[in-house]
Parts: sequence; structure tokens; C-alpha cells
Amino acid sequence: MSKYIAKRILMSVLTLFVITFVLFVLIRIMPGDPFPVERMSAEMILQKREELGLNKPILIQFADYMTLLASGSFGNGTSLYNGAPIKPILTACLINSFKIGVLSILFGTVVGLAIGIVAALNRGKFLDGFCTLVSILGVCIPSYVFMIFLQYFFSYKIPFFPYFFDPSNFMASSIMPALSLSLFAVSTIARFTRNEMLEVINSDYVKLAESKGLYGFELIRRHVLRNALIPIVTVLAPLVVSLLTGAMVIEKIYGINGVGKLMVDAIAGQGVDYNYVLALSIVFSALYIGAMLVLDILYGIIDPRIRLTTKEG
Amino acid sequence: MYTPQSGDFKLVTDRNIALDENFSSQGYWKGVAVHFFRNKFAVTGLILVSLIILFAVFAPIVSNYAYDQIVSVTDTSGKEIIAKSLEPQFGDGSAQNFFADRTFIFGTDDMGRDLWTRTWHGARVSLIIAFVAIFIDMLIGTSYGLISGYFGGFVDHVLQRFIEIAGSIPTLVIISILAIFMEKGIGLVIASLLITEWIPMSKIARAECLKLKEREYVLASRTLGAGSFHIIFKQILPNTIGPIITQVMFSIPVAIFTEAFLSFVGVGIVLPQCSIGSLIEAGFNNITILPYQILPPICVLAILMLGFNLIGDGLREALAPKIEDM
Repeated sequence: MSKYIAKRILMSVLTLFVITFVLFVLIRIMPGDPFPVERMSAEMILQKREELGLNKPILIQFADYMTLLASGSFGNGTSLYNGAPIKPILTACLINSFKIGVLSILFGTVVGLAIGIVAALNRGKFLDGFCTLVSILGVCIPSYVFMIFLQYFFSYKIPFFPYFFDPSNFMASSIMPALSLSLFAVSTIARFTRNEMLEVINSDYVKLAESKGLYGFELIRRHVLRNALIPIVTVLAPLVVSLLTGAMVIEKIYGINGVGKLMVDAIAGQGVDYNYVLALSIVFSALYIGAMLVLDILYGIIDPRIRLTTKEG
Repeated sequence: MYTPQSGDFKLVTDRNIALDENFSSQGYWKGVAVHFFRNKFAVTGLILVSLIILFAVFAPIVSNYAYDQIVSVTDTSGKEIIAKSLEPQFGDGSAQNFFADRTFIFGTDDMGRDLWTRTWHGARVSLIIAFVAIFIDMLIGTSYGLISGYFGGFVDHVLQRFIEIAGSIPTLVIISILAIFMEKGIGLVIASLLITEWIPMSKIARAECLKLKEREYVLASRTLGAGSFHIIFKQILPNTIGPIITQVMFSIPVAIFTEAFLSFVGVGIVLPQCSIGSLIEAGFNNITILPYQILPPICVLAILMLGFNLIGDGLREALAPKIEDM
């Protein structure tokens, strides 16, 4: 087991390193200079290049960047346009996004599981059909359609929740964003749970448990749910990824200062801010690869067969 | 030793033979079609998507306005009035005075352009982007997967490591890097779809190829002297087409959604061009004052996504029917 984990961690670190290198080189081989050349004299440009270390060989620049990264700062650590330091802004945004993300994953998992279980236990009845319909709609209809409608009806038509996100009023104003962000998770998990539950309910060992006299909640908890939960861990991985894209939209809709909004501002704003793009790309990739790593290890712990099959591949 | 005589075999003249029509053999594609059309959801999806495509193709042609035309009339004092932010009206004279005889089925936007034309033009742009991107992805992904699966060994190892690394870069990062190198617009959207969407396609093609390359017909073909590329593209490819078509059907809504998402956050289609995503973005900015503007593009998007997903589900079942469905 520890060998498997070590191998996965090594692979992840290597992948992250390769990605960082490729991103760095891509951004550095861009033609032109990363500062407003038209407003500067040739001397100033030379001086600025010297100052930023842009006239060194690219590999040395990369090494410099990595040492700075290891000490926790991103390059020279400022925005190209307003000179604002990256790290504090990024940290604040990460915290906002992280809170909403965790809230929505929690909500999505709990509600999704509940819907899936209810549907599986009432197979073929009205409740099952209803739950299936909800999950099909949730998977098919893009989440941001829901987000816009939820905001329109529950924050504007019926002003029950704040229209915009407000960090000082976190609980009330984060309910709507988290709720709308979790809809995709709810429907995916519900669909998956239902199918897995049905498979387990029809298996021989559940029939055996039933014939021994176990029934009701105890049967579901000890035999059905435990085995049905294993594959659900696999859908969590794509959900974490979809959170990143969802965050971009939800942060625009609710005006949340998060990483998604930061990224949009960096690429769609007044001009492309390379320092921000590089820093955010590294953070995004690290989050993504980290989430994958954690889920992979979790999966390996829950289901020992995975370790055996991945040995070859 | 027996010598055959002319009376040994007689032509059967009695045509009154019972033919098993219920379980007569049918061609593969006919079976798929029968299965597909028996599925109510899939047929609904097909109808929805066909309707949208029909409108996207013909509505802008027969419309009275161009998608980027700012509609205006001259009032009694000779001043030109622009049809800004009109609610839906059907030329019955009930709405604003000077446009009483005009029909705006979806209303007009805040620049005075007809939303009916813009919505269908936008749907057309979105569909074209999705189809072009996914078609090229299919070509790249399928070839990559088939080659990787067929040759195996070292080639497979290298190609799969590459996919592993490429697949662990979040889409957002790819898009932002592209945004540095490219102008915003259709090109950026298509490029980001090209870079991200071929990976699942290639995984499916590889898995199918691994299954099929051990078959006898491949061996037979090789024995007869066929080259690797003949085997891959003439023998194996036609047999992998089912799962690949299913994957394509699931990729198209992803592509439509990605376009809408990119245009919504502001790195997609630029004005005066429009797409579903940019229309939703424009509608969203006015949602509290002019809520009718956001409805048409959002409905088109939802119907397209739902329709393609239903078709994909139906195809998956029709192409690989389980016993219980038969």
C-alpha cells in the first residue's frame, strides 16, 4: 500500500513539475515584453528586463522562479498592471472559493445520496421516477442556467437571500451560490447511488443477510450502503473538477471575489496579466492534481483490488 | 462409388414454406435503428435537436432582419427611432407606437436588434463550433487511440504517459494559456475544444482496439499480408464506430456548453457576432429589468443539451443492448 501511495505521489509531483515547466516556457517565449513598451524608453526597457531577470537563459529563469515558488511566492509577486502583490489577493480569493466549494460538495453529496437511496428503495414507484427525472435534468441542463434562475427568483423576485455574495454576512449570502453550484453534484451522485444501490440490493450477500433476519435500516447501512459507496468515490473526482469551471460562472453571477473571477479578470480584462495567469495556472493544476491524488489513494484504501490492477498500468 | 445423377437434387417448387419473420436475422444498423426508435426518450431528443437545427438553419434566412441589423423607423417628426428593448410583440399594434406593425417574436435587445434572428443565428454559430470541433476531435482522438492500442508496448507506453500529463492539466489553464496566444473569438473556442475533447475519444478508441486486435479477422488479414495501417483503419476502425459515435453524441453538448460558458465569462465570441453564450451573457446583464431577453437563448441551450444527451443515451443502449432491454 505504501509503495502504491509513494508511486502515485511521485507521479503527481512529476506531472505538476512538467506542467509548470511547459506553462513557464510558453509564457516566456511569447514575443514582446510583459510591460507597456510604448510608454518606455529603450533604456528603461533594458533596465526593466534586467530587473525582472528576463535577459537570462530561460532555464535559469525557470530555476529562479521555482526557488521563489518553493519559498511561497510567485515570481516577483506582483500584478503587471497595478503592481498589486499576488499572494495576499490570491490567498483571500482561494479562501472564498474554497469555502463555497466545500459547502457545495458537502451539500451535493448529502442530498445526492439521500435522493439516490430514496429512489433505489422505491424502485419503479412514483418517487423513483421523480428522482430519475430530477437527476436527468440536472445532468443535462447546464448548471449556470439553474444558477441564473435561482438567483432571479430567490434573490430578486422573492428577496429571500442576498443578491450578491458578502463575506461579512457569509452564512446567508453563501447559501444560494453553494446551492446552485451543487446541483450538478446532486444529480450525478443521485443517479450513481441509485444504480449502485440497485446492483447491491439484488446481490446474493444481501439476500443472505435478509434471510438471516436482518431488515430495514440496519440492512441498508451495514450491507447495502457500504458496498454501494465504493464506486461513488470515483464520481467525486470529475465533480471536483467541474467545481473549478462552475466557480468561474458562479463567481461572476454572485460577484464573489474568488479564484475563478481572478482568472477571468487576468485573461479577459484590460490585457493578459502573465504573472497572474502563471500563478493561477500553477495553483489550479496543483489543486486538480492534488484532488486526483487524494481520491486515488482513498479509492485504493477502500477497494484493495484497485492496487492490484494498477500495478501493470 | 456413387455417381451423381440429374434427379438427385430437385428444385423446390412448393413456395409455401413458413418463414420465421419474428426472429429473422436483420442487419446490424437496422437493429440499432429499431432499438433506437423504440426508445421514447431518444426519439424525443432527436425531435428536439432536429427542431432546433431546422430553426437555426432556416430562421435567419427567412427573417426580415439581419442578426446585426439595428431596427429603426422614422417617426412623424422625421426623427429616427431605434427599436430598443422592445418586449415580444406580434404586429398587433398593442405595443409601442411606432413599431406597432412590426413583429418581434422574442423582442429586441438593448441595441435594437431582433432577438428572434439573433437567437437562431447564435444557435447556428454554437452548433457549427460544436460540430467542427467534435468532428476534428473524433479524427484526432480515434487515430491516436487506435494507433496506441494497436502497436502496444513502447509506443503505447509513451502515448499513454503523454495523455496522462495532458489530461491532468485543468481545462481552465489550457484556455487561459490559449487566451494569451490567440485573439478572443471563434478560433479560441474551437482551439480549446480541440485540445481538451480528443482525450476521452482516444481512450475509448484504444480500449476498443485492445479488444479487437486479438480477433481472428485481424490475424487473417495480417496473414494475407496487410500492413498495420490497413488493419487499423480498414479492419479495426469500422468495428469501433459504435462506441465512438456514442462518445461524439455526448461530446457535442459538452462542446456547446463550453462555448456558452466561455462566451459567458467573456473569452468567447466577440460582438457583433453572437452565439448562445454571448446572448445569455447580454441577457444576464439586463435580467432584473428586461427578463424576457435571457429566456430564448437559455431555452435553446437547455433544449440542445437535453436533446443531445437523450440521443446519446438512446444510442448507447441501441448500440450495445443488454439482455434485459431486448
